[in-house]
Amino acid sequence: MLEVRDLHAGYDGVEVLHGISLQVKPGEIVAVLGSNGAGKSTLNNNISGLYRPFAGAIAFEGTDITGASSERVVELGLVQVPEGRCVFPNMTVRENLELGGYRRGREHRAQNLERVTEVFPRLEERFAQLAGTLSGGEQQMLAIGRGIMTEPRLLILDEPSLGLSPILVDEMFALIRQLHGQGLAILLVEQNVVQSLTLADRAYVMENGTIALSGMAASLLENPDLKRSYLGM
Amino acid sequence: MDGAAATAVPSAGLLPFGDKMEFLGIDLPSYSWATVFGSAISGVFLGAVYALVALGLTLIYGVLHIINFAHGSLLMLAMFAVYFLWKLLGIDPYVAMLIVVPGGFLFGYGLQRLIIGQSSHGRDEIILLVTLGIAIVIENAALFAFSADERLVQVPYDMDGIDLGVTYAVYPELAALGGSLLITLLLWLFMTRTDTGKAIRAVAKERRGARLVGINVDHIFAISFGIGTACVAAAASLLAATYPVHPQFGYLFVLIAFTIVVLGGMGSFVGALVGGFIIGITEQLGRLYLGESLGLITISAIFILILLFRPTGLFGQRVR
Ligand SMILES: Nc1ncnc2c1ncn2[C@@H]1O[C@H](COP(=O)(O)OP(=O)(O)OP(=O)(O)O)[C@@H](O)[C@H]1O
Ligand SMILES: [Mg+2]
Repeated sequence: MLEVRDLHAGYDGVEVLHGISLQVKPGEIVAVLGSNGAGKSTLNNNISGLYRPFAGAIAFEGTDITGASSERVVELGLVQVPEGRCVFPNMTVRENLELGGYRRGREHRAQNLERVTEVFPRLEERFAQLAGTLSGGEQQMLAIGRGIMTEPRLLILDEPSLGLSPILVDEMFALIRQLHGQGLAILLVEQNVVQSLTLADRAYVMENGTIALSGMAASLLENPDLKRSYLGM
Repeated sequence: MDGAAATAVPSAGLLPFGDKMEFLGIDLPSYSWATVFGSAISGVFLGAVYALVALGLTLIYGVLHIINFAHGSLLMLAMFAVYFLWKLLGIDPYVAMLIVVPGGFLFGYGLQRLIIGQSSHGRDEIILLVTLGIAIVIENAALFAFSADERLVQVPYDMDGIDLGVTYAVYPELAALGGSLLITLLLWLFMTRTDTGKAIRAVAKERRGARLVGINVDHIFAISFGIGTACVAAAASLLAATYPVHPQFGYLFVLIAFTIVVLGGMGSFVGALVGGFIIGITEQLGRLYLGESLGLITISAIFILILLFRPTGLFGQRVR
C-alpha cells in the first residue's frame, strides 16, 4: 500500500534520513519507534509532501508520490495527524472538522461528521468552541477527528499519545485499535514502545536516520537489543 | 486634497458660538453642535471607505503576515481604471465596480502567484521589499503614462443627496457608506460560510495543518492578495466621484489605512471597520478644529498613541 524505498531527506541540505525503506500493507498497523530526533517526523513529513526528499522513492497504492504536493497526497487518501496536532486555533471545533473534508471526503461530510462524533462525543459537546481553547487531549481528539473527515485509506499518526494522561493514553490506543478494526491501515509513530508493539502487526525501529531494527511486532517485543535501549532492561 | 468637499457641503449650522474653546493654551474655534455633528457624520462616510481599504490591508497581513506596501499604488491604479472606464467608455464609476472588482481580484491573484510568491521564496523580509518595489514600479509607470495631472470623474448627481437634518449627505457619500458596509458584510459571509473562506482563516493561523488537510497554501495566499486588491478596487469606485486621482494618490490613503489596521489590531476585521470609523470621524473633526493641513496630524497622533499604549490595537490579540 505504502512503499518507501531508500529515502534520503533533511532540511536545507542537511541530511537527516540516510536511506529509509519501509512498507505498509493494506489493513496493517505498522509502528515506527525511535528516540527523540531519530527522524520519525521527518519521515512522515516527507511522505506527506510537506518536504521534498533528496533521493529515493515513495509510492502509495502504486502511484509514485515522491516529491508530490501535500494536496495530491491527501487527495489519494494518505492522511497524517501530525505531532503537535496543528489544529486551527482560531476556528471552531466544527469548522476544524469540516476542513478535514476540504480536499477529500467532501461529498460525505455530513456522514463523516456523524462518524467522528460517535467516536468522540466530547467533540460534539464543544462544536462551537474555538479549537485553541481546547485542552491538549481534546485537541488531539480533534486532530484525529479531522483526519477521519478526510476519509483516509492510510492514516499516519505521529505520537498521538504525546502529552496525554495515562488514562487518555489507554483510550487513545483503544481508539487506534477501533479504527484499525474498521479496516483502516495505520502507520503509528510512537514513543510508547510496549503498547505500540502490542497493538501493531509489524514495526520499524529508527536510529539516527536509519532503520536499526524491523520485524513482526511480537518478536520485536522479545528482542534483547530493543529491551536494552528502550525499556532499560 | 479635495477631501474637504465632505465638510464643505451646505450644513445645518455653520454659525460658531460666540465664546471660544481653549485646548492646551490654543484657542480653538467653537461651533454649534450641529456643525460638529455634521462633521462627524461626514467622517462616518469617509471612514467607511477607509475601512474598506484597511480591510484589504489587514486581510493580506493576517494571512501572509506581511505589510503590503503596494496597497496604495494598487488603489491609485484602480482609480485610474475607474476614471478611464468613465472617460473613454462613459461607464458610471459605481457601475464600474462590476469590472474593477473582478479585475482587481485577478490582478492581485496574479501579482502574488506569479511575482511576489515566486521572487520571495517564502521569506517575509523579501516579500516586504518586493511589494515596495512593485509600488515604485506602478507609481512611476503611472507618472509616465498619465502625468502628474489630477483627474476627476464627474457624475451628474454628485451634489444631489438627502437632508439628514443636521447635515446634507450627497449620494456619493451615501454610496460610500452603503457600498463599504455591504462589501464588508459579503466578505464576512465569505470568510465564515465558504470552504475557501475557511481555508483562508486556516492558513492564516496554521499553515502546516492547512497543508495536511490538502489546502494549497500558495493558492490561498494568492486568493487573499486578490481579495485585498478587490477591496481596494471597490474603494476606488466609491471614491472616484469625490476624489481626483493622480499617480501619488495612494500614499495618504494607505498611510491612513495602515493607522487603522494598527488601531483596530493587525489582522482583525472588526478592528478595520471600527478603526475606519474612528479615524474618519477624527480626521473630519480635526479638520474642523485645526484646519485643513493640521487636521491630519490628529491621525498621526492617534497612531503614535496606540503604539505607545496599546500596540496590539483595539481588537488585536497578544503577540503569540
Ligand atoms: N524544520 C527543521 N529544520 C531543520 N532541522 C530539523 C527540522 N525538523 C527537524 N529537524 C532535525 O531533524 C532531526 C530529526 O527530527 P525529527 O523531528 O524527524 O525527529 P523525531 O524522530 O520525530 O523526534 P521526536 O520523537 O522528538 O518527535 C533532528 O535532529 C531535528 O533537529
Ligand atoms: Mg517527531
